[in-house]
Amino acid sequence: MTAKKPDPEDKKPEPAAAPAPVPVPAAAAPAPAPAAKAAPPKYVPPTPVLNRGNGRLIEDRFTTWPTQVFADRWSRPGYQWGAGMLAGILLGFAVTSALIGELAGWGDKLYSLLGAQGLPPLAVEAIWVAIKVILVMHVILINGLWSIWWERKISAHIQTRVGPTYAGSPKGWNFHGWAQTAIDGIKLFLKEDVTPAAADKWVHALAPAIVVVPCIIAFAPVLFGDGLAAASLDIGTLYIFAFAGISVIGIVMAGWGSGNKYSLLGGLRGAAQMVSYELPRGFSVVPVLMFAGSLDLQVIANAQAGYWQGIIPRWFIFYPVVGQLAFTIFLIASVAETNRTPFDIPEAESELVSGFHTEYSGMKWSIFFLAEYAYVLLGSFLLATFFLGGGASPINAVPFTLVPSWLWMLGKAMLMMFVFLWIRWTLPRFRVDQLMDYCWKFLLPWSFVNIAFAGLYLAFWLK
Amino acid sequence: MNNVPEPRTPPQAALKSDRLFINLGPQHPSTHGVLRIGLTIDGEVIVKAVPDIGYLHRGTEKLAEVRNYHHCVVLTDRWDYVAAMPNNLVFCLAAEKLMGVKTTPRADALRVIMCEMNRIASHLLFFGTYGIDLGALTPFLYAFREREMILDLFEMSCGARLTYNYIRLGGVMTDVSPEWLKRTTEFVEYFKPRLDEYDTLLTYNPIFMNRTQGVGIVSPQEAVSWALSGPNLRGSGVNHDVRKSDPYSGYENYDFDVPLGKTGSCWDRYFCRVQEMRQSVRIIEQAIAKLPDGPFMASGVAKIPKPAPGEAYAHVEGARGDLGIYLASDGGISPFRLHVHAPSFINLAMLQEKLVGMKVSDVIALLGSIDIVLGEVDR
Repeated sequence: MTAKKPDPEDKKPEPAAAPAPVPVPAAAAPAPAPAAKAAPPKYVPPTPVLNRGNGRLIEDRFTTWPTQVFADRWSRPGYQWGAGMLAGILLGFAVTSALIGELAGWGDKLYSLLGAQGLPPLAVEAIWVAIKVILVMHVILINGLWSIWWERKISAHIQTRVGPTYAGSPKGWNFHGWAQTAIDGIKLFLKEDVTPAAADKWVHALAPAIVVVPCIIAFAPVLFGDGLAAASLDIGTLYIFAFAGISVIGIVMAGWGSGNKYSLLGGLRGAAQMVSYELPRGFSVVPVLMFAGSLDLQVIANAQAGYWQGIIPRWFIFYPVVGQLAFTIFLIASVAETNRTPFDIPEAESELVSGFHTEYSGMKWSIFFLAEYAYVLLGSFLLATFFLGGGASPINAVPFTLVPSWLWMLGKAMLMMFVFLWIRWTLPRFRVDQLMDYCWKFLLPWSFVNIAFAGLYLAFWLK
Repeated sequence: MNNVPEPRTPPQAALKSDRLFINLGPQHPSTHGVLRIGLTIDGEVIVKAVPDIGYLHRGTEKLAEVRNYHHCVVLTDRWDYVAAMPNNLVFCLAAEKLMGVKTTPRADALRVIMCEMNRIASHLLFFGTYGIDLGALTPFLYAFREREMILDLFEMSCGARLTYNYIRLGGVMTDVSPEWLKRTTEFVEYFKPRLDEYDTLLTYNPIFMNRTQGVGIVSPQEAVSWALSGPNLRGSGVNHDVRKSDPYSGYENYDFDVPLGKTGSCWDRYFCRVQEMRQSVRIIEQAIAKLPDGPFMASGVAKIPKPAPGEAYAHVEGARGDLGIYLASDGGISPFRLHVHAPSFINLAMLQEKLVGMKVSDVIALLGSIDIVLGEVDR
């Protein structure tokens, strides 16, 4: 506050611009000195008072000056430590997979062990089904923990942040904040569950259940590896699409039951969007079904076994034109079905505050998120099964073909999940009418054309 | 007897549809402050829009009448808190005109550098929040990374990051250090490729272009008749920039262009701002290259100035448009009257008419593209 001014005398008011009103170009004019004083021989600028120590304020956080950070980021210990950890995780996976091998075999052993206990067959079946249901439900729950943490880390690194780092003490064990989602979950459990006075209480309370239950049911025939599905259904594909379609009712209920205008708009938008995008999503898979000749996910995965010329895997995504087109349409429609960013108009934060889940809090709110991430996982596994060859190895060479199928399946699904996150954190949002145009005027016609292409392939190439 | 068919109601009347009134704001994620718009919507289409302002009124114009001229500079920071340097500058220009003080060349150059850096900071905030308005969350963080560097530089030069109070009557608060100039050059070099990065990330994104091109079109005639200014006016293709038309602080010595839009849509206004950042970078480079030596503060500024009775008007090209100040003195130690010609307030006026017939999503696109700061609207 005590910046030294050269000459602050207040007894000279100096009549307003009386001597020389002609504006002189600033650069050309010398510094005007008061007439009373003799001009100093050379101007010595005063020492800035606030900037003592040459910018101490910045120096304190010099490491965050981006020009410095970007210059040598790989020399930073944090990155080296992270790369080491990643290598450790991959090695751990390799060792685990070598020890465990295929999981379907373990299931058979468990089933025969159950049968050997002398129980009646009905009881054996009941116990066996209960075990499978519990396993699949845990897949969904653990997926919630994992994918939210992963999304937070991925989005953070896309946005030049680092994401959660502290959760999961003691210090030294807080690997990239691994416990963040678990602690968030505890917080959500303990939060007050608010039901607005204007809400329709039953509809409001029932909506999250209507959203999440069909999603869990839809996981029954999902293939987690070779022969690794809770239920082997002949109509698996149809079953999944049918149950996934029920969730939209829950979204409309949430929008209506909240008694909030923004929620109502969000619910209606959600209904229109999800019903529309189910069509291209369904039709884009038809070529796959035509090639495989079955709706059973296991048959579809098996149809992609083998390699062309011993190199290129015979996955449906590598079928020229048809495969890529179907993959793209299915991916886009899956993103739209999960209400994620380019298509998140039902919960558009900047327009509708949060859309249909504005009025939800605590566990009800988190159930919506559980369902959203479960649908992302479902979409990822379906993409891996339909287009990426299921549990088949991408490289026809020894160390890769020995990796058990569940690990390949998981890897492909996680890759697809990464694509989901990548899309979400890169693109802006559509407008409602553009979204509908995109579905009805672009995706749907092209999925029909794709079916025709697939028919030509079947007629002339894949006879 | 009852064979006469009932008159058939037209389908429009048969479908009973209600209009919905929703409050957009004052607490809403994308009104950029405490603006409230009462929207009457029919489905997704706006039927009526009534902007409601005044939630952030602090009476700074009145407060100025009981403070002396040095103290008034502090008030100016609070109008447009996103770009406070031009506020400081415009008040100082008006007061200097009133007092007949002439600033030194070094002070002028420093003022230009600071104002242009603040313009970049302000446009970066616009760039980031406009992305968020349209659903792209990532550009915001990128913009803030660079904005943070500018704020660090401001902190280094004047100690403040938001309300600078740096430009003072007769010059600037304090000189900049050589280290500061070095870092600013470093920042400029770092920032230029980032602008290309922004273009690939958001400007030419097809979804973004679909959302903003052809939306909220303001014709040049409309723009002039609504007295828009700044990038909102230039987005419609009207070439008016105070830095060119009425140069101050030596802007006539710098070589820069005025980016103009073509159609006056949201995208044009957005693009004008992005291009203006490039021009600001050019100005900063030139100003640093030929930064004259000399005192940073003119002599002859009284500690308690008492300008002769009279009035003065000064205007500058602020980050949001033609920011003007009318200052009247009755010979006392404080202004007799201070009036702000606030571009945000004037730009906001077109909302009421323009929003009708748009979709709810487009409201956000238009509101974001005129880039208002409610601190300046309500003052």
